[in-house]
Amino acid sequence: MSDQETKKKLSMVVMSGDMDKLFGAFIIANGAAAMGQDVTMFFTFWGLRALKKDVSTGTTLFGKMLGVMYGGDISKSNPSRFSFLGMGRWMFKKMMGNHNVSSLVELRDLAVTLGVKLYPCQMSMDVMEIPAETFIDGVQDPVGVGFFIGEADESGTTLFI
Amino acid sequence: MSDAPNVDLELDLKGLLCPMPMVKVSQSIKDVPVGGIIRAVATDAGAMADIPAWAKSTGHEVVSALKEGSEFVFLVKRVK
Repeated sequence: MSDQETKKKLSMVVMSGDMDKLFGAFIIANGAAAMGQDVTMFFTFWGLRALKKDVSTGTTLFGKMLGVMYGGDISKSNPSRFSFLGMGRWMFKKMMGNHNVSSLVELRDLAVTLGVKLYPCQMSMDVMEIPAETFIDGVQDPVGVGFFIGEADESGTTLFI
Repeated sequence: MSDAPNVDLELDLKGLLCPMPMVKVSQSIKDVPVGGIIRAVATDAGAMADIPAWAKSTGHEVVSALKEGSEFVFLVKRVK
């Protein structure tokens, strides 16, 4: 076995909550994990949606407004183009289903199964009033940029999505 | 005839798209003994590039990768 070798590592900042970009992020993460790499994903700002359960969030007026306008879980994400108030999401889901692509929920849960580490950004959680209790099981404890830079420093590949 | 390796595990990957064929092979490689062979049949053309790349990265061996009609047939050997 080559366990003595340093394992390759991929780290990723996921800032986007768009459906298409989350697809890209999770497909890359799962592919790298399957190829034996350690994978760290750091979710910040809109990307936090990828970790959320379908629950309402927010404590202040603005936080609650954000929760209403940008509520829901990963399955509510819209494509970055051709959104058409949700029509685009429906259309892409249909198309992807017809072509047998896994859903975003399946890809994210597979990432947890394959040992991909999902870290939420503490600062974004505070600003957007999204507490850790609203995240799915398997999400790591919140971290900051220092942690991510430390991970990136050890990585052969670093991506920003 | 004697060159045909014994297959330890058959994997049906038909209909699966990226990254699933590679993920399934990587998950199943532990289910065969070292030296064992997986025969995987996929319909995703991308797997022709992905599965050899996976093998190169993980240290396993693609014994053969053939296009048979609309299907792609892989023989993958567990090396370690």
